[in-house]
Amino acid sequence: MNWIIAIIQTLLFVALAPLLAGWLKWCKCRLQNRRAPSLFQPYKDLIKLSSKQPVVAEHASWIFTRSPYIIFSAMVLAASVVPFIAVDLPTSASADVIVLVGLFGFARFFLALAGLDIGTAFGGMGSSREMTVSSLAEPAMLMAVFTLSMAASTTNLSVAITHVLEQDLVLRPSFVFALLALILVAVAETGRIPIDNPTTHLELTMIHEAMILEYSGRHLALIELASQLKLMLYGVLIANIFFPWGIAESFTPEALGYGLLAILGKLALLAIILGISETVVAKMRLFRVQEYLSFAYLLGLLGMLSHIILEASR
Amino acid sequence: MILVLAYIAVFLSFASGILALIEHQRPALVTLSEAFFTKIPNLHESKRAWITKQLDAKHFPRGLRLAVFLLLGFSGVFAILAGLSVMLSSSVVTDQLALGLPWMKWQVRFDSLSGFFFLIIGIAVIAVSLFGPGYIRSFEAKQHPFEVLGLFTGLFVAGMLLVLLADDAFFFMIAWELMSVASYFLVAFEHEHAVNRRAAFLYLLMAEVGALSIILAFGVLASFSTDFTFNSLREAQLSSTWASIAFVLALIGFGMKAGLVPLHVWLPEAHPVAPSHISALMSGVMLKVALYGVIRFCYDLIGTVHWEWGVVLLVVGTISALGGIFYAMMQPHLKRLLAYSSVENIGIIFMVLGLSMIFMANDQPQLAALGLIAALLHAFNHALFKNLLFLGAGIIHHQTHELNIDQLGGLIKRMPNTSMIFLIGCMSISSLPLFNGFVSEWLAFQTALQVDVLDNGVLRSLIPVSAAALALTAALAAACFIKVFGLIFLGLPRSRNAEKAREVKDLGMLLGPGILAGLCFLFGVFPGLIINLLNGVAKQVVGQTLPNDTALGWLWLAPVSAARASYAPPLVLIGVMIAGIFSFWFLRRDAEIKAMRRAPTWDCGFGGLNARMQYTSSAFTMPLRRIFAGIWLIDEQINKDMRGAMDLDVAAIHYQLQVQDHTWPRIYQPIAHGVNNLARLVGRIQTGNIRTYLGYSFATLILMLWVIS
Amino acid sequence: MTIENQDFYSQAILSMAALVGLMSFLMLGQGRLLRLIFIFAVQGFLLTATTALAAYSLNNPHLYISAFLTFVLKVLFIPWMLKSQVIQMNLHRDLEALKNNTLVMLGGASLMVFSYYVLHPIVQTSSAVMLNALAVSLSVVLLGMLLMISHRQAVAHVVGFMSIENGLFFAAIVSTQGMPMVVELGVAFDVLVAAVLFGIFFFHIRTSIDSLDVDQLNRLHEVDK
Repeated sequence: MNWIIAIIQTLLFVALAPLLAGWLKWCKCRLQNRRAPSLFQPYKDLIKLSSKQPVVAEHASWIFTRSPYIIFSAMVLAASVVPFIAVDLPTSASADVIVLVGLFGFARFFLALAGLDIGTAFGGMGSSREMTVSSLAEPAMLMAVFTLSMAASTTNLSVAITHVLEQDLVLRPSFVFALLALILVAVAETGRIPIDNPTTHLELTMIHEAMILEYSGRHLALIELASQLKLMLYGVLIANIFFPWGIAESFTPEALGYGLLAILGKLALLAIILGISETVVAKMRLFRVQEYLSFAYLLGLLGMLSHIILEASR
Repeated sequence: MILVLAYIAVFLSFASGILALIEHQRPALVTLSEAFFTKIPNLHESKRAWITKQLDAKHFPRGLRLAVFLLLGFSGVFAILAGLSVMLSSSVVTDQLALGLPWMKWQVRFDSLSGFFFLIIGIAVIAVSLFGPGYIRSFEAKQHPFEVLGLFTGLFVAGMLLVLLADDAFFFMIAWELMSVASYFLVAFEHEHAVNRRAAFLYLLMAEVGALSIILAFGVLASFSTDFTFNSLREAQLSSTWASIAFVLALIGFGMKAGLVPLHVWLPEAHPVAPSHISALMSGVMLKVALYGVIRFCYDLIGTVHWEWGVVLLVVGTISALGGIFYAMMQPHLKRLLAYSSVENIGIIFMVLGLSMIFMANDQPQLAALGLIAALLHAFNHALFKNLLFLGAGIIHHQTHELNIDQLGGLIKRMPNTSMIFLIGCMSISSLPLFNGFVSEWLAFQTALQVDVLDNGVLRSLIPVSAAALALTAALAAACFIKVFGLIFLGLPRSRNAEKAREVKDLGMLLGPGILAGLCFLFGVFPGLIINLLNGVAKQVVGQTLPNDTALGWLWLAPVSAARASYAPPLVLIGVMIAGIFSFWFLRRDAEIKAMRRAPTWDCGFGGLNARMQYTSSAFTMPLRRIFAGIWLIDEQINKDMRGAMDLDVAAIHYQLQVQDHTWPRIYQPIAHGVNNLARLVGRIQTGNIRTYLGYSFATLILMLWVIS
Repeated sequence: MTIENQDFYSQAILSMAALVGLMSFLMLGQGRLLRLIFIFAVQGFLLTATTALAAYSLNNPHLYISAFLTFVLKVLFIPWMLKSQVIQMNLHRDLEALKNNTLVMLGGASLMVFSYYVLHPIVQTSSAVMLNALAVSLSVVLLGMLLMISHRQAVAHVVGFMSIENGLFFAAIVSTQGMPMVVELGVAFDVLVAAVLFGIFFFHIRTSIDSLDVDQLNRLHEVDK
């Protein structure tokens, strides 16, 4: 029974990811006084792409054509690990938050290889930049995650969320820092403004888009879906770890339905915030990214220190 | 019985070395066989024909090579058997050899800790001996005699095995020197290049300084005990100051062998110049023997560890890990890059070992066991994938005669099998889930996250910071090996050599690294197999094992408790497979869209996309080079050739980049200077005048007489 | 003693301490003067909030006055004065290139650990909240000094000096539950006078060496080199 709910939750996760992307796009359009496409436009795009014959660069090897499947699978697995509408599902025990970071790394590894596979300057540029950004983001992310897992004394996401839920409202300075750090990292890792612009195709500013420039057809569909999943994953992580209230703790239909509504509400709110920040903030120069990410790292470090100094001293 | 297996392993490796010596004794062997035939006239005709055939000029060298590597391989098999059996039976076997000084026979002891390292050596030696016969065919017999290579390979392996067996300081040092000196000759094997000779000399120098330091460390211990056997060293009661002095000396000695920053400088010089299968052994295995030395010395011989030592190891390990990977990133030479990456991995291992010591000194033996297991597991994993990558580099060099990453490219289409094997190595070393490197890194993080139990606030804040450094290391390692794989195997070939490359024909050359790749994946999905073995080692070294409170022990990995953290690689694998297969099937369900169309790559409409337009190694790492500029000594020069009226048109641009290690000019050159100056001072005594020398003798005589009176 | 077992007041004080510490870090890494002054004002606001919180939960009405004073001085007057001077002297477009920013930041983080380590034996007897909050205030003091060392603009030095005072003030509120009114008033007056004096000095320095870069002050050296 638990397994079935876990599978349904994962499928729901995958099915809702394009909706989040559509909603984000809708918010941004409205904020920028443009007419917004339909909320379901990402679904239509995916269906269109998946029924088209892909055109593959002539020098590409199997790495290029198989990578989308690998990236997508890693993301689906990550989606199954993160508690979405309910905690205590069996899948969440199979991998903890460090494995989650590892799965992101897995997907990134193949994405960067695919960028190098086609043998153009763009691909290499995208891979090089992506690896630079991610290698700076990863310590910051783990620092934030460590703060959480030391506070809850577990790295298992489900247990950590239950731990937060079981307590009354506790003002934790460390959580504030960790939350800020995680938001900064999430923006960097999902390739949003100010680090990367998901809508640009200008040579000098691309990061993520440069790597996937040669993809088309079903391959592009998978990559797009995977990056939508990644956005949603970070959203769910932020929403459910720091504001877990509403998530289903038992498997009754009411609790699950309520959990689904709660997470949808939280995600919608987060998307609005992201949309506002993307409208207000301009994209950074590539070599300012290190300052941004070292600030994220500093926040993570301060979170850790305030956990050690302020919260758990003896 | 167990010990017999270990002895056989040592004996076989010696035998393989000795067997290599008969390469030039073919005529003598022919006469011998003829004498043999006359002695036993009723020998079967086919056997006789076989022997004659093996001894004829055409077959003999090849047969000999095979035989030598066969013996070496069997030595590996027996090493594995010995290691496994001693670990499974968790027994301690001791013995005494009738060798050595008359009043001090060589003591032998074989326990789980040595058994584990036997296992590492065994696996590596098997892979190397499969790889070797095909690989060494490329060396010319005149210039690079096989007998030298074979002899010292055998001695090298035997030396490493004996170090693990030694149970007294004397025997230990002899075996240690055997290992060092044999590997010196192997590094100097291609001695026609001055660079190689210089690297080998540097290696020998540092190995000997390290050995002196180890001897001093043993000396400190021995001064508190009756003799040099480890048993009496164990009973020595040291004050904590003396224990710390012994620890520092041992750390310098073993650290020099292991390649801890800043004692690592020999590594990136010596590893690239040795033949690839030797660098595989040195990097994959010899560094681990140094790790064994540290564990044996600190946990076993000194006995009580201090938390300060743990902090020292933690800091040194963190610096090595970061320094190693930063320097590795910038190397365009594949084997140098791999050597620096060994520094990184050794750093990670020592870091986790430091954590283990800190927990041990704070009365948390269970967490100490966790740290020790993480360190040993990473050592094991590193042995697998680093061996694999060095052998892969050997294949690439063998097929393309090129090790500069910027001159390769596009090999995935020409060498599909090699590329697959190499990819698995790259994924393991980048610690991606489902591969073995991830498991040990995961355990390392889990160890670091248990700092809540410590009382010391500074330690509690230092350890997470070093864990974040570990995260940075892992991320940079992934970037580094994406660069390696992407530039060597993907894209367009950047040179004619790469264009003409062919897949290796020799099956053994693929099989050796192939086995390692299989093991990387196997232990990535079922890490429980090896962790159960390591539990026994931890039981012996720190007296504790990991708890195993989950029902499906082999499926889950829950090092502390299931609620704190769990990881089930088989489930992850199944999940990935389901998602992958389903999407693969779904998107290619009908034949019409299944087909792909090949089209020219997008070239911005300018046309003429060529290999020179791809990113190079230095281009790939340029953002990181700029961000962390202070870490390297960067010498970047851009020269423009101008032409045309008033020299305003750029005809050609020359770009030069040299990235150097800080340690050499900062630490070693001042030392070398100092030694030279000292030597010059001492040199003043040497006037060359015979009467002055007579005066010295006279003065000494007078002095001695005065002392005696 | 973990945070879950403490009352709401302690939790709030600890959170405030963390935020005050964060502001110090932000100031440390800030190269633009106007932003620096803004963060300083935010830190002042956090102090005001802490004082008001203490006044409310300890039922100590005279702390409200102190909160009000802090608000007027540190959130409104001093930032306003500094800001107008910066704009007047046309410094608001300057961006100070901070050398070794990452190292300074890491140094700041280790200062935080250091102050915790230093205070640990001293305050062993009192409550955990006090120790932690004191550790943060000490690190705010030290970070203020580090700010003065790492920045070259005289205005940044004044902000650093003021943030040292902030650290001391925070310690005073948390540990003594409010000093006597006379002391508070005296300190507030001192700060005010200091701010005005600094303002006058800026103009003098500027007229004499044409810059507010303190590295240029050695040009006032009597003997020409």
